[in-house]
Amino acid sequence: MFKLIKQLTSLAAVVAVLFAFTTETMAAKKSKTLKNTQKKGFVRCGVSQGLPGFSNADAAGNWTGVDVDVCRAVAAAVLGDANKVKFTPLSAKERFTALTSGEIDILSRNTTWTLSRDADIGLTFVGVNFYDGQGFMVRKNSGYSSVNDFKDGISACTNLGTTTELNMRDFFNSKGISYEPVTFEKADEVVAAYDAGRCDTYTTDKSGLAAQRIKLSAPDDHIVLPETISKEPLGPVVRQGDSVWEDIVRWSLNVMIEAEEYGVNSANADSMKTSDNPAVKRLVGAEGELGAAFGLDNDWSLRIIKQVGNYGESYKRNIADTGILPDRGPNELWTKGGILYVPPAR
Amino acid sequence: MNIKLNKIIPQLITLFAVILVFGFLTYNAQVNMDNRGIEFGFGFLTQESSFDVQFSLIDYDGSHSYARAYLVGLLNTLLVAFIGIILSTILGIIVGIARLSPNYLIERTAAFYVEFFRNVPLLLQIFFWYFAALRALPLPQDTEPMFGVFFLTIKGLFVPRFVWENLDIFFYSIIAVIISIIVIKNYARKLQENEGKQLPVFSISVGLFIILPLLSFLVGGVSLNFSIPELEQMSNTSFKYKGGLGIPPELIALTLALGLYTATFIAECVRAGIQGISKGQKEAAASIGLTPRQILKLVVMPQALRIIIPPTTNQYLNLTKNSSLAAAIAYPDLVLIFAGTALMQTGRAIEIVSITMFTYLSISLSISVLMNWYNKKIAIKEK
Repeated sequence: MFKLIKQLTSLAAVVAVLFAFTTETMAAKKSKTLKNTQKKGFVRCGVSQGLPGFSNADAAGNWTGVDVDVCRAVAAAVLGDANKVKFTPLSAKERFTALTSGEIDILSRNTTWTLSRDADIGLTFVGVNFYDGQGFMVRKNSGYSSVNDFKDGISACTNLGTTTELNMRDFFNSKGISYEPVTFEKADEVVAAYDAGRCDTYTTDKSGLAAQRIKLSAPDDHIVLPETISKEPLGPVVRQGDSVWEDIVRWSLNVMIEAEEYGVNSANADSMKTSDNPAVKRLVGAEGELGAAFGLDNDWSLRIIKQVGNYGESYKRNIADTGILPDRGPNELWTKGGILYVPPAR
Repeated sequence: MNIKLNKIIPQLITLFAVILVFGFLTYNAQVNMDNRGIEFGFGFLTQESSFDVQFSLIDYDGSHSYARAYLVGLLNTLLVAFIGIILSTILGIIVGIARLSPNYLIERTAAFYVEFFRNVPLLLQIFFWYFAALRALPLPQDTEPMFGVFFLTIKGLFVPRFVWENLDIFFYSIIAVIISIIVIKNYARKLQENEGKQLPVFSISVGLFIILPLLSFLVGGVSLNFSIPELEQMSNTSFKYKGGLGIPPELIALTLALGLYTATFIAECVRAGIQGISKGQKEAAASIGLTPRQILKLVVMPQALRIIIPPTTNQYLNLTKNSSLAAAIAYPDLVLIFAGTALMQTGRAIEIVSITMFTYLSISLSISVLMNWYNKKIAIKEK
């Protein structure tokens, strides 16, 4: 009897070892980040220090937001559980160093995709999860109704080390207006200084303005001017040099957007396995071998949709229902008049 | 021979170990940067910075280079350190002496000040002055001028600006004053040593300081006008000042916080210095007929300074390094402009952080050298 148990356990061990060898495909061997993530059992994700709708922690320390959902999607795909994410709040100044030094593996922190960032400093942008643009917030009773009303000597509060700081200069220079830039490291300090009257205007991405407005002492006394002065495609970033990991993050985001396009959501994902549409069947893992290319099983995309939801669900939950930006604007699907268009998952 | 070798070998081993450690660190950084596709180099310093700065002592805007932005940050740091050191020294001496006052009320007030300000973290004090104290200031449109020409508002302190004509002639007159004071002082010392007569050097100096610059105004064609800040409306609620000189609230908050904080430590140094002189010294000085002022100037202070200078040097160094907390309240110092914005825009973390560290090291060492020279100058010269 005892001998039998011993034999059985050794057999189980052999099977387990064999299984481990077969599942560890070439992709996993090639991707150091994927291997380390699976070994650690959690995805290391860099987020903001608190931007409602994008990445924000509640009193209990639970992170929510569309940026957070990208990391959760990767965790669902790679580890099978969307909650296996370790979030690291980072200032604008720290974010790239944290990523390049290997402290985090995904930077999902409302970061603008630009040429110099992509090419110069060892980063790779994998996609866009929010199309934004820079705007200006002013006091309602200020009499400013357009950026064309700005005059010489205006003081503008913003975050340091952002594309905002550069756009602001381009904008005021093109208008020939002299201005006083007041730049803080933390968003909360920018809000406090603007609120106190240190600055005439507060400038950052429009989504940021909408989100930060609720932190002002009297949110209704402030308006966001209609003009948008820049393109700000915000998206997740990974380190250069691990193309498999890069692909996993890119396609985790793409799957969420494509799922919305095909009407697959967290509630109906399981039933979609019997759909007539092959594209839908591929999305939920009922057809094809899409996961194998990354070294993942075939249910990776189904887990993303079931645990995190599609892009529309994530947007509604984090940005629309919280009253930040109820109108999706350019962040609507291309089929509905927006510019969200992702390559097909096949 | 053997003894010499025994002395040298450990030194060589240590040197070798240090080189090895640094070599390994450099190699490690290089390999990792190569792997991540990051290039090392200082070429970025000549690139266009393309960001603006709120407050600068030299001509600067985004079309200048990163090297120029570095200089702007450095000068702003030195400005804060300079004002902070002067403020904390004056306040520190006053409070230090007040702590020794026989008047109970003055002594207790000084003690309370010292205990309160040195025991609250500096960053909190900076936040207090910036966010709490300055927030209570009025908006420009609600500000009543002080003495008709000073405006203290939430957007900063606006003061009249000097508008000089023929400023160089005025400068020459000041230089002439300084040279003549040195000459008179030397003459007075010789007169005292040779004939025992005393010249009223102080009164003569003050007189020179008034007469020569005055002459430069009357004869030299120097003239001084004031540009007084005037409120100008930009929209219903935004106002600015035209003319005059604007001092940003960030600079005021930072120098105030640094000055008040460091002054407490300097006050304690001053108190220690004065209390370190034994009572017998003063009594002996009085017994040979020196006046109280002469006792302080000739007997107490020269000895007290020897105790005061070394720890005060430490405080000056601390103040300079603490000025890097400016980044928290948007004062554009070296850390905010260079190790902040420039680092972010270029992504050159290793280069920029090393330059910044080296800069602070140089500033600190310069202050140290200066203070050590002064300390040596006033030290007891044994003959």
